[in-house]
Amino acid sequence: MHEQTATELLGLLHSGKVSSEELTKAYAERIAAIDPKVGAFLRVDVDGALAQARAIDARRKSGEKLGKLAGLPVAVKDLLCSQGDLATCGSKMLADYRAPYDSTIVARLKSADAVLLGRTNMDEFAMGGSTENSALGKTQNPWDLTRTPGGSSGGAAACVAADMACLSIGTDTGGSIRQPAAHCGITGLKPTYGRVSRHGLIAFASSLDQAGPMTRTAEDAALLLETIAGPDPLDSTCIAEPAPRYTETVREPLQGLTLGLVREHFAAGLDGDVERAVREAIKVYESLGAKVKEISFPHAKYGVAVYYIIAPCEASSNLARYDGVHYGRRTDEAKLVAELDAERKELLAAGRKREAEQLDTSLVRLYRKSRAEGFGPEVKRRVMLGTYALSAGYYDAYYLKALKVRRLIRQDYDEAFRQVDLIAGPVTTSPAFKIGEKVADPMAMYLVDLYTVSANLAGVGGISIPCGASPAGLPIGLQLQCPPLAEDKLLRAAHMFQTATDWHQRRPKL
Amino acid sequence: MSSEKYTIVIGLETHVQLQTRTKLFCSCSTKFGAAPNTQTCPICSGNPGTLPVMNRRAFDLGLQTALALNCTIAPFTKWDRKQYYYPDLPKGYQISQYDLPFSSEGHLEISDSKGRFETKRVGIFRAHLEEDAGKSMHDEQAGKADSKIDLNRTGTPLLEIVTKPDMRSPAEAKAYLTELKLLLTYLGVSDCNMQEGSLRVDANVNLHIDTPAGKIATPIVEIKNMNSFRAVEKAIGYEAERQYADWQETGKKLGDPGVFKQTRGWDDTAGVTRSQRAKEESSDYRYFPDPDLVPVTVSPERIEEVRRTLGELPAQLRTRLETTYAITPYDSEVIVNQERKFVDYFTEVAAACGDGKMASNWLQQDVLRVMSERDLTIESYPVRAAALAELLLKVKAGDVDTSRGREVLQRMFDHGENAAAAMSALGIEKVDESALVSLCEELVAANPRLVADVKAGKMQAAGAFVGQAKKKNPNANPARIRDLCLEIIAKLP
Ligand SMILES: [Zn+2]
Repeated sequence: MHEQTATELLGLLHSGKVSSEELTKAYAERIAAIDPKVGAFLRVDVDGALAQARAIDARRKSGEKLGKLAGLPVAVKDLLCSQGDLATCGSKMLADYRAPYDSTIVARLKSADAVLLGRTNMDEFAMGGSTENSALGKTQNPWDLTRTPGGSSGGAAACVAADMACLSIGTDTGGSIRQPAAHCGITGLKPTYGRVSRHGLIAFASSLDQAGPMTRTAEDAALLLETIAGPDPLDSTCIAEPAPRYTETVREPLQGLTLGLVREHFAAGLDGDVERAVREAIKVYESLGAKVKEISFPHAKYGVAVYYIIAPCEASSNLARYDGVHYGRRTDEAKLVAELDAERKELLAAGRKREAEQLDTSLVRLYRKSRAEGFGPEVKRRVMLGTYALSAGYYDAYYLKALKVRRLIRQDYDEAFRQVDLIAGPVTTSPAFKIGEKVADPMAMYLVDLYTVSANLAGVGGISIPCGASPAGLPIGLQLQCPPLAEDKLLRAAHMFQTATDWHQRRPKL
Repeated sequence: MSSEKYTIVIGLETHVQLQTRTKLFCSCSTKFGAAPNTQTCPICSGNPGTLPVMNRRAFDLGLQTALALNCTIAPFTKWDRKQYYYPDLPKGYQISQYDLPFSSEGHLEISDSKGRFETKRVGIFRAHLEEDAGKSMHDEQAGKADSKIDLNRTGTPLLEIVTKPDMRSPAEAKAYLTELKLLLTYLGVSDCNMQEGSLRVDANVNLHIDTPAGKIATPIVEIKNMNSFRAVEKAIGYEAERQYADWQETGKKLGDPGVFKQTRGWDDTAGVTRSQRAKEESSDYRYFPDPDLVPVTVSPERIEEVRRTLGELPAQLRTRLETTYAITPYDSEVIVNQERKFVDYFTEVAAACGDGKMASNWLQQDVLRVMSERDLTIESYPVRAAALAELLLKVKAGDVDTSRGREVLQRMFDHGENAAAAMSALGIEKVDESALVSLCEELVAANPRLVADVKAGKMQAAGAFVGQAKKKNPNANPARIRDLCLEIIAKLP
């Protein structure tokens, strides 16, 4: 049962062939059996999910009109607020944080009568490309447990790949939906910036963050996106345009489709297996009647650099509230005061009066220690980068310059989309890498976003769909990118591919 | 206060709490005085994942004020984050406007009816919107070091109005604040309640001193925490003397190496400013555009629309009263400094009785006095403008004299009667001129000594005739009695 797509399961639920309770139980059993190996979930609320499922079954029996996802279990990345539930962001800092309100996405899932199955693992505050930065657990790639599932939505991707959920919500700030989707062999869609409300999505970098569906198929992605997208009065950056009915158009093939291939995406650094698989996929499109056109992104090479200025700047600000006073774990205050007193005495005894006077106040020390203890190394690295880049004297050289290049990248896209409908290319430079392989080398880790960051900087949509496998059997993804708000085209193109191929049906052996 | 030793240079920063029902970026109430932390929501308490959404009403109130201050309105304005750590700042940053405020380059005209300074324009650098922080309450009791935070105030919309350093005396600073407060009250954009913190003032002060070696400037001091206009006036006066003494002692000037802007607080009880601990270098707030808020665009049509709703502002109103009703600048100032409804009351009385000066005198001497004694507003003052005008017409016609007219007004106030009814209740009736003449002739005949006094040039003796006449007939008009008696005496051989 759990191998079926959400669209198929919805049909079974609708016809009464299966109940939501049975389905939820099946997923719960699958999770109990498989997840100890994979570690996709941080928490699974079996009792809560079953109660929700039973309530929906009862309502269905009484003939009530139900929501779009009635009875379907959904997994949610652990940075979306759900009233009364933990929302940890994969951080020690927020390990005990319970949100007092529902994020718009969770509210829309609830009103669509979805069953909230559990919360998936992620890199701390969504910073990372391997889910190794989670302070709360490890996630393995279901295809090869020695490899990472990618990140930061590693848990969200792995749970779908291992059939522990058919619908899952991830977030993408520089590739965090598309890259793990590629590594785990599933479909992951990063919508246009502002297509889905960010209200209640614990922010990493506000101008780049965007939540989206992670599913087995494009059809399922259409279903989930249709549920969560659309204007929101609680998020002024959310686009005012109503969300189209993606499920009604997703099966229509695109006539006269022109795909753009970005010359810079096929340059040095791209793994041979990935390049082969991507070129094969493009041939499939050609066989379906698509034309292919080579284009150039002159500013693509600055994407990662610009991203690693803008994202840390916003993060340093967004994460300021985790100071142990307002939010986040607080250091042991008694210990802190004792320490300060001891330091002061020591300095005074040594006659270093001036240094003693310049010692932290207990408030400043409280901020320092709480943040030092609560954040992991990657978060600290980015907060420091951002703080530095925004500080007086560096702002113009780094932040403002980055904003200017960001505009040029957006212009590259505008220019490209005057010539082509969609842009096709690789998602990642290589298939899933080994756990621990890039941990000691932050720059290598940052380069995993090479082909994905530009879409976030420009605010356009992008999707990753399975399009091949490495000789070792690891999944390889194809990235399609669309102009703002053209998710309908993106989904139709992805569906076209999935009707002609069966890469999306491959399953890891677990 | 201003001295020949130096010129005081003053710039003011005023934080005005805008009178919205809800906060700047969420829908929590802004009402003052609620129990701590009862007017908060996940947004204003900065809960993870929350986003601000701008309150249009707050922006419009800011727009009205900026237009009334003759500011240029930016067609495009954005929000910035001002970042610093403090327990009363839930997000770790305050949403404010940094390099693109929604308005800039305005001015406010100040004048002094007492003539202490020449009428002048105080330049406005900018007026921008920002959210307020929360309130810290420190428990200083016996060794307890608990601090409590009330977030009811976080997110309350503030308009920060920054002047150019155009004021030259504490009196000018006070006049600016008084005029600003009046303007805000007329616009209805703020209740300007200083006790409740609706209007908070910081002053930047330094001195320009003429020395034999040329003009020098003392280091700029920002005086914070002033909660009344009187305090502002006193603090600036104190600070000027202190800076002069400090300069004489240390010789430190603006721009000397190692000399920074200093922050001082005003201790109202002690009447002194005190240095506040501050880092030596300028604070680095790491401002950057808030990515959670969309920029605001303002069309020229919108600006015109708001400009049309401003109504008549205090300065225009004063000019109109002076030209239309021929009253002095002092009188127009007194009237306009009352609320707008009082001005309407005045214009109604003045128009109906056809004598602006008379209306102004009665309003200042009688109506305002009673209003303040009984704590009334002009709307709750029971004698309406038409009724008062009717009385004034009778006084003008000589039907009743001014002093008895006051009695009539008192009765109108007490009994809700119109002027005619109050006069008849008081037995006031117009005395026939011939009766007055014979009364005066009688008095002159009966008081030879007074007559002799008047003839000897002691004019005050004529007052005694008035007293006697009033005893015989309380309705007798004192001025007329006096005139008649003098006429009769003059005709005596
Ligand atoms: Zn609120």
